Parts: sequence; structure tokens; C-alpha cells
Amino acid sequence: MTDAPTPAVTSDAGEEPIPVEPDYLHAERGVLSWLLTKDHKRIAIMYYAAIVLSLILGGIFALVIRLELLTPERTIIDATTYNRMFTLHGVTMVWLFLLPGIPSIFGNFILPIQLGARDLAFPRLNLMSWYLFVIGACLLLGGMIAGGADTGWTFYVPYSSLTPTAVTPIGIGIFILGFSSITTAVNFVATTHLLRTRGLGWFQMPLFVWALYATSLIILLATPVLGLVLILVAVDHSLHFGIFDPKYGGDPVLFQHLFWFYSHPAVYIMILPAMGIISETVSTFSRRRPFSYNAIAYASLGIAFIGFLTWGHHMFVAGMSEWTAGVFGILSMFVGIFSAIKVFTWTGTLHRGSIRFTTPMVFFFSWLFLFVFGGMTGIAIATQSLDVHWHDTYFIVAHFHYIMVGGALTAFLGGAHYWFPKMFGRLYNERVGLASATGVFLGFVLTFTPQFLLGNAGMPRRYYSYPPEFQWLNVLSTGGAVLLAGALLLTLINLLVALKWGERAGANPWGSRSYEWQTPSPPPTHNFPTSPTFSRGPYDYDLTEEEARERIA
Amino acid sequence: MNELLRRLLFLPPQASTLAADVDGLHYFVIITTMLGATAVGVAGLYFSLKYRRRRRPLIAHVPQGPTPSGAKLEIAIVVGLFSLFVLWWVIGFRQYLALRIAPEDAIPVYVTAKQWMWKFAYPDGGHSVATLYVPVGRPVKVILTSRDVVHSFYVPAFRVKQDAVPGRYTTAWFEVKQPGAYPIFCAEYCGNSHSTMRGEVVALSPEDWARWVNASFPEVRRPRAPVNIEPGSVDLFDPREPTSMAREGARLAGEHGCLRCHSVDGTPYIGPTWAGLWNARVPLADGTEITADVAYLTESIAEPARRQHKGFALVMPSYAGRIPPGDVSAILEYIRSLSRAPATPPAPEPVAPIDFRPPASPAEEPRP
Amino acid sequence: MSASPDTPEVVDPAAASPVAPGLGDQYDTYARQHRARLFGMWVFLVSELLIFAGLFSLYAAYRAEYGADFAAGIEHNNATYGTINTLVLITSSFTVAAAVHAVRGGRTRTAARLLYVTIAIGAVFLVIKGLEYSTHLHEGFAPGPYYSNTELPQFGARMFFTLYYIATGLHGLHVVVGLGLLAFVAWKAHRLRYDEYHHVGVEMAGLYWHLVDVIWIFLWPVLYLMG
Repeated sequence: MTDAPTPAVTSDAGEEPIPVEPDYLHAERGVLSWLLTKDHKRIAIMYYAAIVLSLILGGIFALVIRLELLTPERTIIDATTYNRMFTLHGVTMVWLFLLPGIPSIFGNFILPIQLGARDLAFPRLNLMSWYLFVIGACLLLGGMIAGGADTGWTFYVPYSSLTPTAVTPIGIGIFILGFSSITTAVNFVATTHLLRTRGLGWFQMPLFVWALYATSLIILLATPVLGLVLILVAVDHSLHFGIFDPKYGGDPVLFQHLFWFYSHPAVYIMILPAMGIISETVSTFSRRRPFSYNAIAYASLGIAFIGFLTWGHHMFVAGMSEWTAGVFGILSMFVGIFSAIKVFTWTGTLHRGSIRFTTPMVFFFSWLFLFVFGGMTGIAIATQSLDVHWHDTYFIVAHFHYIMVGGALTAFLGGAHYWFPKMFGRLYNERVGLASATGVFLGFVLTFTPQFLLGNAGMPRRYYSYPPEFQWLNVLSTGGAVLLAGALLLTLINLLVALKWGERAGANPWGSRSYEWQTPSPPPTHNFPTSPTFSRGPYDYDLTEEEARERIA
Repeated sequence: MNELLRRLLFLPPQASTLAADVDGLHYFVIITTMLGATAVGVAGLYFSLKYRRRRRPLIAHVPQGPTPSGAKLEIAIVVGLFSLFVLWWVIGFRQYLALRIAPEDAIPVYVTAKQWMWKFAYPDGGHSVATLYVPVGRPVKVILTSRDVVHSFYVPAFRVKQDAVPGRYTTAWFEVKQPGAYPIFCAEYCGNSHSTMRGEVVALSPEDWARWVNASFPEVRRPRAPVNIEPGSVDLFDPREPTSMAREGARLAGEHGCLRCHSVDGTPYIGPTWAGLWNARVPLADGTEITADVAYLTESIAEPARRQHKGFALVMPSYAGRIPPGDVSAILEYIRSLSRAPATPPAPEPVAPIDFRPPASPAEEPRP
Repeated sequence: MSASPDTPEVVDPAAASPVAPGLGDQYDTYARQHRARLFGMWVFLVSELLIFAGLFSLYAAYRAEYGADFAAGIEHNNATYGTINTLVLITSSFTVAAAVHAVRGGRTRTAARLLYVTIAIGAVFLVIKGLEYSTHLHEGFAPGPYYSNTELPQFGARMFFTLYYIATGLHGLHVVVGLGLLAFVAWKAHRLRYDEYHHVGVEMAGLYWHLVDVIWIFLWPVLYLMG
């Protein structure tokens, strides 16, 4: 701890503090200083690189799929390869991008700063999380190079036990990725409980922290069951123990219960952090306190809890009893209510605000429409008689892509732009940002809206060849995919260019009241020169500039 | 109106009796969804324009957070939405029950899904591959199982889908309104040729159905329908001339040792005779009765102790994992080929002590 | 913390201890760091519980289907071995708790000895398990396709033993990991790297070992007694 007095805060007007410490990017040099770092911000950057690469890999698989589906029969690859493509697309996107994406990058970087802490509770464990991620990713890649799996990302038995593909290394890779997730969740929970700085009560924390906290609870309780399921799949595949094999008295439907018990909460792991980013951006760019802070905080916990009780809605036609199915159906409706409360709150936050239409806000509006539409189609699917028709068709594919791409990826990109100045001290090109965000929205809609109609028409998912009357909708969808890929590429280029050549950013280019904006951009290694006291909330836009500044000591 | 919405939403024709009801709920739900999402999007955009940041000083000291009227509006919307969701669930659940629970008088058809084809067996003895023949205007219950991995029987035109799971039986039902051909898709990923594991439901008018059941014409009378029908292979089974699969089954029955204990001509022996066994009512050791259908016979091969035929000692070993599925199918075909043979044994003769020696050579095995 | 000339210097005894580990930058006091590490361990253990919860529900589902066969399988399990193993683990939990108590009181050498005893007892558990496994395999009770016993009904008993091997195997893996953790802290205690202020490693290893014990206490009736 230094004795020299240092300026504790920066102002909203952009006065630069006289830096005493170098920022975290320049504090130490050399590859080892990164690979052995304990700084949560550097670990977040390393995750950033790995996860963006994973997103690109998953996107390549997606483009191959869409290109193949341009014609009803073979276009560029055969059926065997196609089956591996959609499996690897799902595995990569789910476990290498959607699940770790926002928590491991933005959670790692921003959460401690938003709590006024100097790091996470367990920095070395955090570094281990990153290495586990890399090891898991390498195993997955190894499995892909060895031919990949062709089971779909859901690994249904008995097929996953019988197929001669690389199920076991991929399963082990995912298991290790699960461990990476769990250790990150342990870190977030401990930090939130124990490292909140002076003055910061639970109901004063930024909502992004609430989102990550609820996400971490789900990770801790659901991921171990995935671990168990993967062990069983690997054991059935490689050792033929026959736990789910009817030849040995096993029940394939039991596998589905265990798998979805994890995989349904998993989708809330993917979407809750995205909702956290939405809370932050809408408040900052409307200069408004959230319409109801408590509603969002409690609804996050509500989603986490109820999300564990709805897994059976993936199995309405799997062979469950009608009454079990009914219970899962009504519980699935409840989850939608929590999301509806949040959507109302975010829309209400715009009311009487002072809204600046920036790139993160384009992502916000895009998100608002796509998440509501996607979420309500989720309620539609939970309506059991309709799901009998829609299950395992492109309607389901469209629904979850609306939520995952229209929801999770859009929020990810919004967060990437929103926190870009904070993380790198630079500003990206706003015009290109607006254009790329609009392009992503349009490309997305063109890709996935035809898929709802394909599902209605009866086209099942995971289909290599399809009846010719489905072709023109598939062509539209592929066109959209190319547009989406282009817009995403433009986004990436815009941000990469800005890394090196972007205009330098001040501590608080958006004029936000949230805590992470009260330190320099990029932050010094220890985030705050001295442990701050937060005597005001993160969304106190009704205070004057001086008051706001004073209350961060 | 129904037809307009159906076409707008790319839904297939409503070929079953329940399809129109399901579609009605579909319209209700999806229109509300679209309106809701649009309303939220429009509200957002409206606010973003009305409250856009202007060059005058930023708003300060405006009371922020929930207002009483805002809170009331939120509660109203949430309660309204919740009631709507519950209403949808109630209607959807009732329709779901109707889709799942077949009427008492439904005609059963046994469906075996295997990589990568659909096989249908009719109660009166016929069977077909890829094409399911059903009568118009009568409920048909499909009893599904799989020979290998999980498949799913999906007929979009009927709004019906049900997984076919190995090791157990699941059911679905439908009643077709008009003659025609309706595509069947496999809707659960099952391996390499999942997307070509297709078939057709051919719904026949009552007269055509009657003819087909009686098999007076070796060829199926093509129903008059606007759809271009190309039915899959149809085997009209003639019990007097076993198919080659049944002959193969006879050979395999000897090879796997079945014929050490089971006779094929009605002679009482160590195990139940196979003559007339197919789909016969069989008494069980626990006092109940069961139909010796594909399910029961398959189970008895794998786990004979589970539901033991009354009157026989439990000496049969389990063949689980010891006979490949193809062989099991062939043996079952063989058993079925014995179904028209008389179930009563030949005239009584002095019964010799039971000889446990296996037949010395295949030549000694009884011929069908 | 700076001292002014008027107030007496307040020295944190934990900071003054010769075996104090580094204090993370994010912590103001050693007490907080200690608390955080224990809290983190508890959170992690909850997560470990869930993996076995999934296993127990799998077992429950199959038991519901094959009730009598499972009971027959349990009869064949050696309840004596199982009960001895339970007592073994409970004893080891006691010794590790005693070790934690000792190190909290500053008696690090005693703690080291108790930790070594715990490890030895844990090893006994594994030896008994190994004996059990070999007996079973000898009788033909092997998982899945390797099952060759002819006395018991096929399906249900085979499934019981497959689940038995998976459950006890997964538990055994946790025992091995636990022994590793205990060995690590035992070695540090042996080298007197702990004192009454700084010993959270011993507590964390102890907690993990208690979890291993608790899981066995649930496995024991399910696999050995409920016949």
C-alpha cells in the first residue's frame, strides 16, 4: 500500500486523473506475465481471445451447414460429414462460447470492479479456470480432428454408445470445461459475498452482479449433473456398461431426464448474464435508474430456481406419462413470467430517460425485440399440443437461435462495445459500429425467421436432405447466414482496428454512474488506488455531478 | 380464415381429425406472440425517439424508479400475461391428452423403427415397409418400438409425433379425414441416413381398405388423391409361402439352439411350441394373460424370466446380447410364418421321455 | 495501515506470525482471507454433492423398476465389508477433525500425526474396497456385458452391480483425491508451516474428507442394507 495520496476518482466530464500506476495492460511485460498472471482483467482478456476464436470456429461449422442446405440433396459434403458438422457446431457454440462467454470475459473483468474489490476472491483459482478451459478446448479440438462426433450436441443414447465416432474425448473435454465453469462460479459467489467494498449492500450492487450471482448458483448446482451424464455416456460408449442400453435393462429415456436436468438450467446460464448486460446498458444510455431494481434482482433468482423444474418440456413425446408432461408444461409457463417482468422493467427504464442512440443501444433494441419474440415462441412450445408438432423440427431450432443468437450473442456484442473503452482505453468507430449492429440484426432475422416456417411445414431438424418443396425457405435462411457472418466479421474488424488505432477513451466516455466507470480506462492492476467507499447507488442519475463524484471515496 | 392462416404459416394440410383444433390454438398463440414482441419493440423505439437526448441540460432531480402508476401497470401486465399463459396451458394440455389417448376402437398397427426404415405389421397378418396403410374415417393406433436407437414417428399432416424407443413400446393415434398420401419423417436423429428414413401414410377409402385387408388383389389399389403417390414396397404376406426372411429365421433358430426346446409343429416340448404362437393369447405364470406379440416375444428372448409362460419350467437362458438384432427379426418372421399352422398338436402318441440332446444336424430340424 | 505517534501500534498477530502466507491484494486482513477460503470450499462441496445426487436419482429410478432384483443383488453384497468400511471412514473423519482442532490450538506436530493416521485409515478403506471388488469379480458380478453370474435374475441384478461399480468407483476416486489433499497438508504440517492463525489448508482438506465420509454414509445403506 502506498503512502502517497492518489486521486481516488475520475469525473464524468472526462478529466483525466494523473496516473500513478500503469494500467493493467502495461503493468508487466512478457508472455509469462500473462500466462502466470493473477490479475482478473488479464485472465478475462485471455478468455476473450480463446472464446472469440471458438465463436469463429462454431460459425464456420454453421456456414458449412447452411451451404449444404442450399439444395435438397448433396451440395458440398456427404451425410456423414454433415452429421458431424451440426454436432460440432452445437458443442462448440454451447460449451466454448455461450456458456463461458459473458461470465468468463465480462464477468471476470467487470465484477470485481463493480464491487469495489481489487480482485476476485481466488485469483489463482481463476487462472486455473482459464487453463482448464484451454485444456478442455484442446481435447474438444483433438476430438474434432479425430473425426468428431455425430450424435448431436445432446448425445442421446443408445446412438451415442453405438456410433464409432470420437464421443469419449469430446465428452471428457466437456467435463473439463464444466470444471472450469464451476471454479469460476465458486469465485464469483465468494467474491460477491465477501469482497463487497464498504457501503455496498446487496441491494446497491449493479444488476450485472446480480445476474452473475444467479448464474453462478445455477452453474454450481447443474454442471455436476452434466459431469455425471458425460461420465455415463463415456462409460457406455467405451466400456459398454449398458447403463442406458435396453439389452441390459437400461432405459434410454432416463438418460434424457438426466441430460435435460442439466441442459435446461444451462440455457439460463447462457441468458442471465446477457440480461445483466442489458440492465447495465439501458440504464447508462437512458441515464435512468432501472424501473424496478428489486424486480430484476428477484426475477433473476426466480429464473434460476424455476429453471431447475422445467426440464421435461424437452421430452413431451419421449414416452413420459401425460400427467408428468402436464406438470412440466405449467412450470415452464412460470419461467416466462419472470422474463416478462424484466422486459417490462427494461422498457420502463426508457420512459422519461435521456436516451443516446449508440451502438450498444442498437444491440439493446435488437435484443428487446428478438428476445421477446424468441421467449414467447418458447411459451408457445411449452403449450404441449403444439409441441407435439414442433418438437425436433426447425421451429425449435429457430426458437433457440432467437434466444441464443438474438439474445445471448447480441448482448455479448453489446457488452463488447459498451465495455470496450473500459477494457482497452480506446473508442471504436461509432458509424461502423452502428452499421455492423444493424447488419447483425437484419442478417439474423433473415436467417432464422424462415426456419420457424420450415418447422411449421414439418421439416425435422438435423436433416441432411429434405423434400424439395422446403428449398426456397432454406435458400433464404442461407442468404441471411451469409449476411450475418459478414456483419459479425465487420464487428470484429471494427473492434480489432480500434484496439490499435482507436481514439483514446477517457475514464467514463458514456457518462455512466456505474462503479466501473469511476476508475481510469484501462484500470490499473488493482482497479482502485485505495479501497473505495460507495455511498451511492450505481444508477443514481438524479444526483448532480459533484454529488455523484463525492460519494465515491 | 383457417385456411388463410394455415397457408400464411406454412402449416401442412389438416389431414387428421385433431389437426384443426391444434392449429386453432397455434394461431391464437403465435399471433399473440408476434403482437407482443412488436408491441414491446415499438414501445422501445417510441421511447427512444420521444426521450432522445437533446442538447439542453441533462435531466436531473427527476424522481426515478418505480412510480405508483407504473407499478400498477406492471402488475396488470404480468397478471394478464400469466392468465394468458395458463389459458394456453389448459387448452394445450387438453389437446395433448386427446392426441395421446387413443379411442377404444382404434385399429392397432405395430410399428418397428430401425435404422433406417419403418416397418409396419398389421393385426390381421399383413406387413409393409415404409408405407403405412390405414382406412379413412377410423382411428388408428400405432404401437411403436425401435430395434436399435431412438427414432421418432412424425406425420406433419396429422400434427402427430411420438418417439420410438428401443426396449419399450410407445403409442400414438390418429384418424385420417381424406384419402391421400401423407409423408412420414423420422424426427429423432438416428445416424447416417436419418434424413432419408421416410415413409408415407396412405389413407384408403373404406372399399379400398376392405380389399387391401382381404388381399384379394396382389396390388394395392391406388387411392384417388391429388397427391402424387408412390408407395414404398408392399409385401402382402402369404402364409403359405414364407418369405426368405422367414426361411433365414428357421436356419437361425436351429443355429442359436432355439429348436432344442421349442417345437414348430405343436408338439409339446421343453418350451412353448411356436406353432400358432404369433399373437396368440398366452397364460403367464403370475395368472395373467398376454398377447404373444413382437414385444413379448422379443422380451422372452432377452429375459425369459420376466413374464414366464405358464406351465413351463424356467430353464431358458437369457439371449440378451447374444443374438444380433437382424437374427432376432428373422426368427420372429419365422415364428410369424408358423401362425397359420394348426395350434393343436397332432394326434396323441405315446410320448417318449424328453430328450435333451440337441439335434445332431440341421437336417433333423422340422421343416416349416 | 499507518501508525500515528499518538495511538499505539496495532499489530495483527496473524500478520506477525512467521508462517503467514501471502495476503492477497484483494484482502484487507488475514481473517477475511481465511473466511473467504473456507466459504469457497463449502460452495465447492455443495457442487460435489450434486454429482452424487444425480447418481442417487439414477439408482432410485432403476430401483423403482427392478425392486426385487436389486434387493437380491444387495443380499449378495457383503454387508460386513460395507459396515466395516463405514466405521473406518467415520473414524478417519474423527481423526481429521481432531487434527483441525489441534492445529487451531497451535499444536501443529500433533496435527501432522493425526493427519498421517487419517491417511492410513483412508488407505484401509481402499484396501477393503479392493478386496470386495475382487470377491465380486470372482463370483461373476461384473458391470454390463462382463456380468457372468448365473444365480441372480439377469436384468435387474446386472443393472444393480453396474450402478454399484459406478457409484463406489466415483466415490473411490473422491477418496483418492481426498487422500492426496490430506497428504499435501500433512506434509506442510510436518514441516511446521501452520500455526493457530494460518491453517486454512488443513480445514479445507478436512471439509473435503468429511464430504467423502458423508457420501459414503448415504451409499452404505443404499448399496448394502436395503435388501
